[in-house]
Amino acid sequence: MTVATPRDLEPQLQEPLQPAGWLRYFSFSLDHKVIGLQYLVCGFFFYLVGGLLAGAIRTELATPLSDFMPRDTYNEVLTLHGTVMIFLWIVPVVNGAFGNYLIPFYVGARDMAFPRLNAVAFWMIPPAGLLLISSYFLAGAAAQSGWTAYPPLSLTTPAAGQIVWILSVLLLGGSSIFGAVNFIATVLKLRRPGLKLMQLPMYCWAMLGTSLLVVLSTPVLAGVLILLSFDIIAHTGFFNPALGGNVVVYQHLFWFYSHPAVYIMVLPAFGLVSEILPVHSRKPLFGYTTMVYSIMAIVFLGLIVWAHHMFTSGTPPWMRLFFTIATSFIAVPTGIKFFNWLATLWGGKIALNSAMLFSCGFILNFVFGGITGITLAQVPFDIHVHDTYYVVGHFHYIVYGGTVFVIFASLYHWYPKFTGHLLNEDLGRLHFVLTFIGFNLCFLPQHWLGLNGMPRRVAEYDPTFSTLNQVSSVGALIMAISTLPLLINVVVTALYGTPAGDNPWNALTPEWLTTSPPPVENWSGEAPLVTEPYGYGQHQPAGPSSHPLTPAA
Amino acid sequence: MTSISSSSAASAASGSTASASTTRTDSLLPEGSEHLASQESADAHHDARLFGLATFLVADGMTFAGFFAAYLTFRAVNPLPEGSTYELELLLPTINTVLLLVSSFTFHRAGQACRADQLSKARSWLLVTGGLGLAFLAGQMVEYFTLPFGLTDNLFASTFYALTGFHGLHVTLGAICIGIVALQTRPGGAISASSHFGLEAAELYWHFVDGIWVVLYGILYLL
Repeated sequence: MTVATPRDLEPQLQEPLQPAGWLRYFSFSLDHKVIGLQYLVCGFFFYLVGGLLAGAIRTELATPLSDFMPRDTYNEVLTLHGTVMIFLWIVPVVNGAFGNYLIPFYVGARDMAFPRLNAVAFWMIPPAGLLLISSYFLAGAAAQSGWTAYPPLSLTTPAAGQIVWILSVLLLGGSSIFGAVNFIATVLKLRRPGLKLMQLPMYCWAMLGTSLLVVLSTPVLAGVLILLSFDIIAHTGFFNPALGGNVVVYQHLFWFYSHPAVYIMVLPAFGLVSEILPVHSRKPLFGYTTMVYSIMAIVFLGLIVWAHHMFTSGTPPWMRLFFTIATSFIAVPTGIKFFNWLATLWGGKIALNSAMLFSCGFILNFVFGGITGITLAQVPFDIHVHDTYYVVGHFHYIVYGGTVFVIFASLYHWYPKFTGHLLNEDLGRLHFVLTFIGFNLCFLPQHWLGLNGMPRRVAEYDPTFSTLNQVSSVGALIMAISTLPLLINVVVTALYGTPAGDNPWNALTPEWLTTSPPPVENWSGEAPLVTEPYGYGQHQPAGPSSHPLTPAA
Repeated sequence: MTSISSSSAASAASGSTASASTTRTDSLLPEGSEHLASQESADAHHDARLFGLATFLVADGMTFAGFFAAYLTFRAVNPLPEGSTYELELLLPTINTVLLLVSSFTFHRAGQACRADQLSKARSWLLVTGGLGLAFLAGQMVEYFTLPFGLTDNLFASTFYALTGFHGLHVTLGAICIGIVALQTRPGGAISASSHFGLEAAELYWHFVDGIWVVLYGILYLL
């Protein structure tokens, strides 16, 4: 389906200074597809780092005493695990990797609005990540106050590590803001003429909403971390009660970012799963318009619910009431999306391949995490389980059972687009089964632990909790093993993979209407105008040679 | 990617025909608008840059909003130690406020002159604007050295220096940008009546910094 045009005869149009082959992935490339894959591979590297740290945590917690590592080290490992997983794996991959790769295709552009800014945003990440990890070796001690860095704890733990942590998070936040500016400008300003907002694939809407959240909330985190660094370096008293400061102000400003951060991690996953489900069930996405409005409702509500993290911080009753009600409201748009996904699957011609299995796993895990989220929004219950393993179980169901499952689904779905080769389905299904079992075995028992009062973030616990902790640690081991089929799959596919063709899933979204992998400027001719990205089974059977939207067959 | 405009008319026409034959009518491009698609890059790119800067300034404004919220909360719930006060000398900051407001006006005149192709006039207005910005920074320095409190004296002192310092950093960056833009308006420079994104961007940024100062002056000095 490649269209020969005069442009094919002009290879010099491609950026002449960029190295060719795999070396371009280590260059300051301006191509959105190269940058997207840079985000993906860099993120996956940090996923392995964060996974090793998680393994260390679960090994320590396999027994009640802190016998695997000293308690200080446990605090460092715990802090690094959270920070690496959030700021170096989930946020960059689910936004930066798939966003950069897919959004220009979806709006019919040849690149992002600001390619140079895009490359800068990516290249801020590896140094920031190495800085963060190096604090463990260089500064004497890494940050020990958790990913929340609550003062006064973060004022009393070793200062050098905390400052390196702040610096690293500021860099990653800056990268995230640059990326968001780029996504907003691309979706709103770079759409090809004739393509309306309500004809965009759902992932565009998800990234628009996510980027609005990044632009509105990440700067507040940057501001509060600058104030915290003043407290550490210059001994001001913003958050130091001994000097007349106010720790609750830190919590408000921190959660004004960090609650929306949950949506910054999960909204793009909503978008990605909305792309995957219609393709593999051969049905249009159910309720497109309600999907769009639910995303925007989640963006709005996401900005006004932050204090539900602070019900035990002396929050006044009116504030508890408001934030409980606002938080419970989020169940409405989220529930709409959940039922829309089910309705998309309903009666479809479902292909139970790896992408679909991980997507269904996501739906199951996410609805469970959503229900525990509603319980946590209720003040009396929250006061009982605050700072316990119930909370740990809940948010891992959202960020791992939700977002990471979708990242894996997306990997199986878009890998043929990235490389031109399909991943092996048997290994993919094995990867899914191990991940699903390991994940639930690891995090489901933590809800019981939390209800019974096991506090989070502590290296030692009462021996009565040991059975469930051992179950959880076995689950973590299975999760670690589940990474192996994926790694083997990628290596085997790279060596022996059979070509997938340009559109192995017979998908209708624009990225599939070009070669795999796509040429430097995405299409050798004009971009195809796709106004019905989910038009499955409506007009005529879809196929790479017969379906109606190919550019000039 | 600017090379999009080199797409041949033939491929534009063929792509459009393919979609015209199969997609619904409400999404069709009007006849003869193919050239829009092939020319979108230059114009759209220019528009997107100012739009992108505006988006970034929203983010920057949220940093200030966070600081303002922290300050107002501190002020509402954290009593100052004995002998400390929120009172500040008003004369110098008021003069500074006037300087910044006037500089917004002079920058506006510079933009008008540039668009009217009067580059030397634009340069003069830019130099006046930059001078006013530097005068503001000098006034800020004088205030810092005459204030009766230091950074760590009390919560109000810390917040005062953090807020005005963060704003002063923005003014400094703006003054540097004005200097660069003024250099670019020299004959043969990068700015002309038809191409003046740098000047427009600096102007938008400068108005933003002035607007932030007005809020800051209101809640820090007058409240």
